[in-house]
Amino acid sequence: MTKIELTRNPFIKNALKSRYPQLAVFIVMLVGYIFAILAGLIGTPVGSHNFSIVFVWIAWWAILILVAVPFFGRGWCAVCPIPLPGEWLQRGAVLTPPEKRPKWLNLRVPKMFRNIWLQNISFLLLALFSSVLLTTPNITGIVLAAMLFAAIGLSAIFERRAFCRYLCPVGGFIGLYSQTAPIELRIKDKQICVSCEGKPCYNGSQAGYGCPWDVFPGGLTKNTYCGLCMECIRTCPHDNIAVNLRPFSADLAKPSTRMDEAFKAFIMLGSAMIYAGVLLGPWGAFKDAAYNVGTSAWFIYAVIFLSIIFVILPGFFTLGILKAKSALPLKQRFASLATALIPLGLMFWVAFSLSFVLTNASYIIAALSDPLGLGWNLFGTANAVWQPMLFSILAPAQTLALVGGLIWSARTAQKAANEVKVSSIPVIIYSFIVTSIMLWLLL
Amino acid sequence: MNRSELLSRIFVITGIILAIGAPLVFWTRTPLIHARMAENGGWNPDIIQAEVGKPLQLKITSDDVVHGFAVGQMDMQSVDILPGKVSEITLNFDKPGIYTFFCTRWCGLNHWRMRGTIEVSGSSSDPEPVSVPLYVTLNLDIDAPHDAPVIPSGQPSAINGQQLVTNLPINQSTDYYRANSPYQVFDELSSAVLTESERWDLVASIWKSNTTPESLANGQQLYAQNCAACHGENGAGDGVFADDLAASGEASMQTMTGAENMMMQSPVDFTNPTRMLGASPALLQGKILRGGMGTGMPMWGSIFTEEQIWDLIAYLYSFQFEYQN
Repeated sequence: MTKIELTRNPFIKNALKSRYPQLAVFIVMLVGYIFAILAGLIGTPVGSHNFSIVFVWIAWWAILILVAVPFFGRGWCAVCPIPLPGEWLQRGAVLTPPEKRPKWLNLRVPKMFRNIWLQNISFLLLALFSSVLLTTPNITGIVLAAMLFAAIGLSAIFERRAFCRYLCPVGGFIGLYSQTAPIELRIKDKQICVSCEGKPCYNGSQAGYGCPWDVFPGGLTKNTYCGLCMECIRTCPHDNIAVNLRPFSADLAKPSTRMDEAFKAFIMLGSAMIYAGVLLGPWGAFKDAAYNVGTSAWFIYAVIFLSIIFVILPGFFTLGILKAKSALPLKQRFASLATALIPLGLMFWVAFSLSFVLTNASYIIAALSDPLGLGWNLFGTANAVWQPMLFSILAPAQTLALVGGLIWSARTAQKAANEVKVSSIPVIIYSFIVTSIMLWLLL
Repeated sequence: MNRSELLSRIFVITGIILAIGAPLVFWTRTPLIHARMAENGGWNPDIIQAEVGKPLQLKITSDDVVHGFAVGQMDMQSVDILPGKVSEITLNFDKPGIYTFFCTRWCGLNHWRMRGTIEVSGSSSDPEPVSVPLYVTLNLDIDAPHDAPVIPSGQPSAINGQQLVTNLPINQSTDYYRANSPYQVFDELSSAVLTESERWDLVASIWKSNTTPESLANGQQLYAQNCAACHGENGAGDGVFADDLAASGEASMQTMTGAENMMMQSPVDFTNPTRMLGASPALLQGKILRGGMGTGMPMWGSIFTEEQIWDLIAYLYSFQFEYQN
């Protein structure tokens, strides 16, 4: 299928090239983010009526997982407010590069951390505490503030967006799943990049900053680490950067060979299943264990959680592909074939999120009018009654997402298996089994 | 610095100041009373100042579960306090004093401890004399055992008793009824030529004659709202909290000063004739007024009016006596 270059449209191109539309969105996002921190710290401790919980974990999450990631890939990263204060301080400017830049340390991130293992860990840390985090406004406020300050701190020590690239707990999976999105930023002509002097897209120029995501656009083949910040569109002196509309999951045709990314696929797949069981399932004891952080029941829950993700799921997967006749080492086959779990994991998350988002969406309407629980009624909706939305379509939509995910994953498995020249059958069987479990957990 | 950079910085800084400042300003200007389960702190603040003749406007929110708000000895409808919502209440006081406000919803094991005070200052045009409770006048030791040595074989019937009353010179005055336990009256009737069962029926009829259907209905309502959670809907000491209270023992009282010294007991069983027939209304009044007794029983003196307590007591005896056919 062909690609459609969106940046051919002068309106889109100018909107992306100009810094003002992005800055306007940034300011709104940053104000909203800081307000969410404040709301978490001083607003009502009742999560369902606090802006921080309702707008972060219901509204933002719904937009992220149901719209932004599947359709825009790292579209959220393009407008995320978390790295902004640190980046502005690091750059010494809000807009174009200043004449004199502040002298921050500007260190390179050590090689051992230049992967997504730290993101895997930071995601798991939040995941293990999620029952409390997702329901307790002041914990949410503290975590949001901590991320903001961590990003500022890392910007002061390291070059570019070290937080986004190596630490952000959501950045890791957004990157992984952005490979499936029908949108990409790529160069138009490789030869132009090869002969380009100074590579301002990576090193920066008067027109803009070097890639904040530490990516050389000329070498981009996958969406994973491109944050769609549009800086290279501004710096490229040859107008060689394009934003394209493309078929879904185009990046998955070339499977990854990295273990950090392969395990990210298992982390996401496993945590969606565990959440479906613990948060939506009928087992009160699991819920209690997940909620009572620090108790022995919680430690058991944490051990089971990590075992499922790091031992059981990858273990059975390895068993499935162990005996395949292939010249490639097992590690490489493992990493490549795990690519098939990327669309499946995304659809697991879509299916899981549909149920709690539709159940709780009506809280958004009430929290809009009374975000801190102080008895305000800004838009006259403060007393909106809680009611599940679109309840009748929930189960069919979830089934559709899971079955669709299974088919998508099977297609991806076939392509990945082709690349490493092994049979795709074990991976398809594996996907079928985990999808059946997920269906059972959700329905 | 060029103009666009300067303007951008101004916008960014203004945005940040607004995002921090606006909620803080509105938050500090909206003083809320927070209701939490007693284990988590109860009412905050739990002391509120007010003035006679000046309407007191309260904004109350719940930080956890559904609570209720009412002021003791005041003729008001209790107001529900919902989690994350703000209920607004306006109170008017025409007499100075210390009023007790309390939770009216069974919010948790220590629901009964969820109380606070409103200190109303000012002068009253019509000062009311303070009356001494009957149990004090009678010098009753309300902590002493008061078991009835003899109990009836069946439930005494006031209807049967009423037919015997006319033939006997019996003191049916309110003072007599309040000061004596059913057993004491039963004992005093021993000189009459009656069977034991007839004597108990007589006692039941005296108790009935000292109440009205309205009082009993009022007592029943008060009981259902305030007592049944521990003492049980049918008075058997088996309310929804009874098992939890027994299981948690002292732990459930840790939030109270001196709780370490207290011992939790199971809520009293009002269907037990030995205890109930040995207790006079004045004794029960003392127990309800003061609470305590080394148990989890709260004091109700600041919440119920004297009339409400007598109505409640009349209802408690209905667990012993048959008032209707």
